[in-house]
Amino acid sequence: MNFDFSDDLKELREQARKFLRERCSGAVVRRVLEGPEAYDKGLWSEIAAMGWTGAAIPEAYGGVGLGHLGLCVLAEELGSALAPVPFSSSVYLATEAILAGGSEAQKRAWLPKLASGAAIGTLALAEGAGKADPRRLRTAFRNGVLSGEKLPVPDGDVADLAIVVAQGERGPVLALVDLKATGISRGAVETIDPTRSHARIAFNDTPAETLGAAGEGEALLRRVQDRAAVLFAFEQVGGAQKSLQMARDYALERYAFGRPIGSFQAIKHKLADVYVATELARSNAYYGAWALACNAPELPLAAATARISASDAFFLAAKENIQVHGGMGYTWEFDCHLYYRRAKLLSLALGSTRLWKDRLITQLETANAPL
Amino acid sequence: MDFDDTAEEAEFRAGARAFLEQHARRREPGSGLVYRAGNESPEFRQRAKAWQAKKADAGYAGITWPKEWGGRGGTAIQQVIYDQEEGKYAVPRGLFDIGLGMCIPTLCTWGTQAHRDRYARKALRGEEVWCQLFSEPAAGSDLAGLRTRADRDGDNWVVNGQKIWTSGAHYCDFGVLVARSNFAAPKHKGLTYFFLDMKSPGIEIRPIKQISGQSHFNEVFFSDVRIPDSHRLGKPGEGWKVSLTTLMNERYTIGGRASVGIEDIFELARNIELDDGPALKNAAVRDKLADWFVSSQGLKYSHFRTMTALSRGETPGPESSIGKLVNGSKLQNLAAFALDLMEQGGVLTNPELVPLAGVFQQTLMTSPSSRIAGGSDEIMRNIIAERVLGLPADVRVDKDLPFSALPTGNVKERS
Repeated sequence: MNFDFSDDLKELREQARKFLRERCSGAVVRRVLEGPEAYDKGLWSEIAAMGWTGAAIPEAYGGVGLGHLGLCVLAEELGSALAPVPFSSSVYLATEAILAGGSEAQKRAWLPKLASGAAIGTLALAEGAGKADPRRLRTAFRNGVLSGEKLPVPDGDVADLAIVVAQGERGPVLALVDLKATGISRGAVETIDPTRSHARIAFNDTPAETLGAAGEGEALLRRVQDRAAVLFAFEQVGGAQKSLQMARDYALERYAFGRPIGSFQAIKHKLADVYVATELARSNAYYGAWALACNAPELPLAAATARISASDAFFLAAKENIQVHGGMGYTWEFDCHLYYRRAKLLSLALGSTRLWKDRLITQLETANAPL
Repeated sequence: MDFDDTAEEAEFRAGARAFLEQHARRREPGSGLVYRAGNESPEFRQRAKAWQAKKADAGYAGITWPKEWGGRGGTAIQQVIYDQEEGKYAVPRGLFDIGLGMCIPTLCTWGTQAHRDRYARKALRGEEVWCQLFSEPAAGSDLAGLRTRADRDGDNWVVNGQKIWTSGAHYCDFGVLVARSNFAAPKHKGLTYFFLDMKSPGIEIRPIKQISGQSHFNEVFFSDVRIPDSHRLGKPGEGWKVSLTTLMNERYTIGGRASVGIEDIFELARNIELDDGPALKNAAVRDKLADWFVSSQGLKYSHFRTMTALSRGETPGPESSIGKLVNGSKLQNLAAFALDLMEQGGVLTNPELVPLAGVFQQTLMTSPSSRIAGGSDEIMRNIIAERVLGLPADVRVDKDLPFSALPTGNVKERS
């Protein structure tokens, strides 16, 4: 039994943690929160220079071939630091989509740029409020051109490339779009988490090409979502752990009724519950990492489990972090709200837990499912 | 990252498998549903003792015990591997958990070599069964508040008082006991630890009828029970410290019990009909089942993380402490939800009239104990908050006062 990351990857985690502590403080996150920039460009180029953006990309396509376990380790640290960069869109979604479904030409065209951070990619699925059912999308892809509107698209205002889920002639397709193409209008939109930029993108006869084989768009989308779910789960676990740490530290410092508030069972038991949720989420994320790294047949099940567990744990940790901070936690000045915003943003990024629970049970419904 | 045994682990597993294959019968599918039925019968105890002797002689009892105690001198991961393999076979379980998991390790840690020679081997072979006499009607989570008294009388101690929740007291040969020897000292400082012959004159044992209707536990009354001083473990007044050796092992023992599981609720949801077809197709049911599945998986992989630490010879991290807390509530909620799916018919208890032979009805009535035994949910949360998160211990108003000066409550005596 060796259900843990290797010493090399633990070393990578330490390096990442140290780098982000120095380079991605709360002040850096707040500059994006309050300023006009969509993301921290300096941080992005440093992260790219260290090879993080190309972690899971094979060396033949300009990556560093670190593999997905390495990417999981980095994701946890990025989540803990609330890194205000388009990492998840570009690395977990666009890169994974091209790796999973791209032709040789598409891989050669885009992977080196994604690996180096020179290009930012994203995945565009949602079309406003409500479930984004791939079979009922209004955005259409016909005769090599794309028309419709996607909202919100994470990092859509700064991305160079989008994988757009659209209605094709034979069912849902993933369309690869160079966002410098004609027939595109886009602009940033306000969201619950301004530290991560989102946009509205309208396509009007925009030239695009199919990703993956015809008729397999929906399956490919699922595969990409499953893979991304594990990586998002690590970001969420990182955020949950950090929220718990903040609450615990504050509970030790803050005195009321002549005692640290952390000595009251009302606070202790609350934080014990957050700890339990975070540990379960971590264990489920580890299993997801294993399934992702070896492309196990269990990946869809492991991914759904990791996603549900991590989404719930991060939101619980973030909301109770505000609660433990009391009125101070509700101020703009304290960082609690940054985690609260991110927790909800991430829990919707790939679809709500409601959708993923349904997906999970669908897989378990067969009588011989591994319970 | 992998789930494979190391070469040494694989070799140990193969040995355990060969032993089990030769001496035991494989468990049949679904047999886990017979929920501890018949475990209290003398016939069960005879079978359990015979099996224990076989295990001990083959070196699979006391795997982690040092050789000086008569154990194998093996590792914690070997114990986990053996338990995994044994779990696939229909063998009698549970009779020796308290004795071998808690009592004998305490005796061996605090007693003399003569004590070890006399008691450890016999307990390991199942020849003598041990029980634990700790809790009292007025001392549960606050165990150090116990008031059974031990008075010195020459080479003996004279014990008077009452213990409660003693599993197996009526068939055990020996017990470990903590009693108050000094009422003028603060509560943690006036305790002394003993072991005793359960056939000693002056011991009266009464079974407790639980809300499930079963009787796994007893009340034990002591009237002038004499214990030789040679059966004292640790110094007089050091009983709390000795007790901690016993308690450290408890949560593992309690946490490991099998019961109704996630597969049972899926089985029910597949087969029972709601308005719109099988329950498993209903959105509200799916939502609940997904939550339980996710937390079961979380515990499973937390256990794998613990095993990884053990496999490396490390002490497991705090993740190993959450199982009991998570499982207790889940068991209770899952059972209650299962009855909901059966609607009014869910009140029936006849195994022939309800799905899965009534396992959910049984679990409804047994599950409250899993949130209390071996450290209540509240105590487990305190432990996590204090030992894992480093939050301050509770303010203890009774810590430095003489025990005799402590305020006591006014819980009505049972009639």
